[in-house]
Amino acid sequence: MSRLQPKHQRLVLVMVALVALIAAGLIGAWAVRNQASLFYVPSQILKDRPGPDRALRLGGMVEKGSIVTRPDGVTIDFMVGDGKARVPVTFTGIVPNLFVEGSGVVAEGRMRGGTFYAEELLAKHDENYVPRELADMTAAQKAAMAQAAQ
Amino acid sequence: MIAELGLAALWLAAALAALQLVAGFLAVRRAEGDMAALVRPAAIVQGALCAFSFAMLVWLFARTDLSVKLVATNSHSLKPLVYKLSGAWGNHEGSMLLWVTVMSAAGALIAGVERRLPERTMHATLAAQGFVALGFYAFLLFSSNPFERLPLPALEGNGLNPLLQDIGLAFHPPTLYLGYVGLSVAFSFAVGALLTRAVTPDFARAMRPWVLGAWVFLTIGITAGSYWAYYELGWGGWWFWDPVENASLMPWLAATALLHSVTVLAARDALRAWTIMLGVVAFSMSMVGTFLVRSGILTSVHAFAVDPKRGSFILVLLAIYIGGALAVFGLRAGTVAEGERFAPVSREGALVVNNVMLSAILGVVLLGTLYPLLTEAMGVRVSVGPPYFNSAGAIFVVPMLLVMAAGPLLRWRSDRLARVRGPLVVAALVALTVLAAVLILAAPGILPLIGLALGAGLLVASLLPLRGRSLRRLPLATWGMVIAHFGIGVTLIGISSESAFSEERLAALEVGDSAEVGPWRVTLQAVTPVAGPNWNAIEGVMLASYGGGAPVRLAPQARSFWTPPQETTESALETRWNGQLYAVLGKAADGQRWQVRLWWKPFVTLIWLGGLLIALGGVLALLGRVAHDLRRRTVTRKAASRRAELQP
Repeated sequence: MSRLQPKHQRLVLVMVALVALIAAGLIGAWAVRNQASLFYVPSQILKDRPGPDRALRLGGMVEKGSIVTRPDGVTIDFMVGDGKARVPVTFTGIVPNLFVEGSGVVAEGRMRGGTFYAEELLAKHDENYVPRELADMTAAQKAAMAQAAQ
Repeated sequence: MIAELGLAALWLAAALAALQLVAGFLAVRRAEGDMAALVRPAAIVQGALCAFSFAMLVWLFARTDLSVKLVATNSHSLKPLVYKLSGAWGNHEGSMLLWVTVMSAAGALIAGVERRLPERTMHATLAAQGFVALGFYAFLLFSSNPFERLPLPALEGNGLNPLLQDIGLAFHPPTLYLGYVGLSVAFSFAVGALLTRAVTPDFARAMRPWVLGAWVFLTIGITAGSYWAYYELGWGGWWFWDPVENASLMPWLAATALLHSVTVLAARDALRAWTIMLGVVAFSMSMVGTFLVRSGILTSVHAFAVDPKRGSFILVLLAIYIGGALAVFGLRAGTVAEGERFAPVSREGALVVNNVMLSAILGVVLLGTLYPLLTEAMGVRVSVGPPYFNSAGAIFVVPMLLVMAAGPLLRWRSDRLARVRGPLVVAALVALTVLAAVLILAAPGILPLIGLALGAGLLVASLLPLRGRSLRRLPLATWGMVIAHFGIGVTLIGISSESAFSEERLAALEVGDSAEVGPWRVTLQAVTPVAGPNWNAIEGVMLASYGGGAPVRLAPQARSFWTPPQETTESALETRWNGQLYAVLGKAADGQRWQVRLWWKPFVTLIWLGGLLIALGGVLALLGRVAHDLRRRTVTRKAASRRAELQP
């Protein structure tokens, strides 16, 4: 195999590296748009109605008196509200320790036929570690939710 | 008094870093002079002062001196001693002090022992090291003083986050920091070589042990961090593509690329500018990692204190270092002469593909990690998880692994594929056999399937370089390469097997009930309260029997800590040669029943075993290189003295 001229070789190397990095950038940008899961609050999710193939995060307040455990002992149904709207959520698994009625939750999962099927629940971990989405909710939102809950 | 001594030592060390920077800079401008003599001693004394300062902090934690703010907020007099000590770096300020301590120790070490490079390049390198260190001293002294006193001593400390009260914590941060800091040394070497126009194979040989060492520590740190998350979080997963994990993975990817390109530079004097560039990128990635983890921009167990001032401070440091280095690179890259040429099919060619693919993977991970932060700035909340990373990453990982199988068999400079076709066909046949077998026996997803086949092929291919060579006379560095590549295959099989064959069972059990998962039958025997030194817990006693064999006892716990109040899940693991049974005790489902979550994960332990093999490969390569250098140094010295004797 013939060896390349010096000037040429450096140029070829730089081109190969650039092409690969641009390919990585494009593939990454395309994949990230398709795979990123958006954050919703109940009133938005009812307005936008995202399809069942889209991974989502739903954040809001667990409504008081809404948690019902099914006979299998590991599946629960509850309502998540944001003061304006409420969405039924189903989850199978062990709930986080600070998952209680009347407090905030972020659910990861998909929306199917009006019900949110959660694969994972993130609740306030303790006083110091609060999921960002919950920590960032404005005081007004929180007040509205608390009012709605009562 | 101890705190004041520590603080004074830290200030002095900062002053010496400034001296090291100025003296080094002047020495580079005028090769001779008094300044040049100051550079190395300044680096050594700085290292000693920093180590002293860190020792003072550890002492404060050992005594639980509650008049010091850091101790009062992070420690507690009732904690076990080992966690009191590890608490010294289990917080923001202490961990940053650990960082500069490791960094100045590394600076002292190169000042003390590195004699191979031209003195001018060494001065430039040490000046760069002083410059980087100075930024961190400023950060510590102005915005995160670990020795700050309280106006009134506290009566009792706040305690340490229970998740961090684990033996893994005692080693996890120091290990990762050693890795990050090793990359900072590589960065200083790169800047030094660039400034003094000395990008030579000697420079590559001086830099290589640092890159290797950093890479070994990063590998161990990532492996240990992954295992910690696996057993401590109780979610059964071993990698979550959490930004904090990515923060350690990105420097590792860059260091892996650098490790291979520095080898090309050392052995063949090619890829000069590319190696310098990777040195800059690798350190940038450790700074990005530090920024992500320490700034509080992410919510995680690592973001100790959310203080926007600190975030901006690190961001400014990041901008200065990376911007400065890229500016120097842009100005000087043109002066780096073209290296030796090579054919596309050659060892160098394969290593270039490895480098490019690693960089592409790095790009994919970086994009996925930063994307949520970027969109958040525009008011849209998203999170990016495994579906993105797994699919986008695999596009580049697969070709990289294919080239990895062939690369080590190729000759330097120029080779023919026909020469290595025979052995590679053997590896390919193994891969295809595994592919067929897995397809017939089970039907996993496409990625685990490819992973199992590639992993098996890689196990064979990684051993091929040993063919036809005397195993006893093989250099340690070659052994290191073979073992590390073999480890990649082992890890890949573990990852794919876990994802293809894991079984999960979630059930609400009454005492006396059983549940089955995979070949296991698990019976809940009792649920009892137990108490520890600073926690109490509910313990589920379970008997697990594998395929009807003798039962083993498992005791997962749900723990409640008192200070600070927090609940954690202690999973119970039963390890067999062919996998792990993973049990978690949940909550009381209703009156009589308890939630129990069980996983059977075939060959999951290979993930971390492979990680350790990769690290072992790095250690062997490092030992081999250092031993070789020492031997060469002795030979050169002897030759020089003999020549002196012969002369009249």
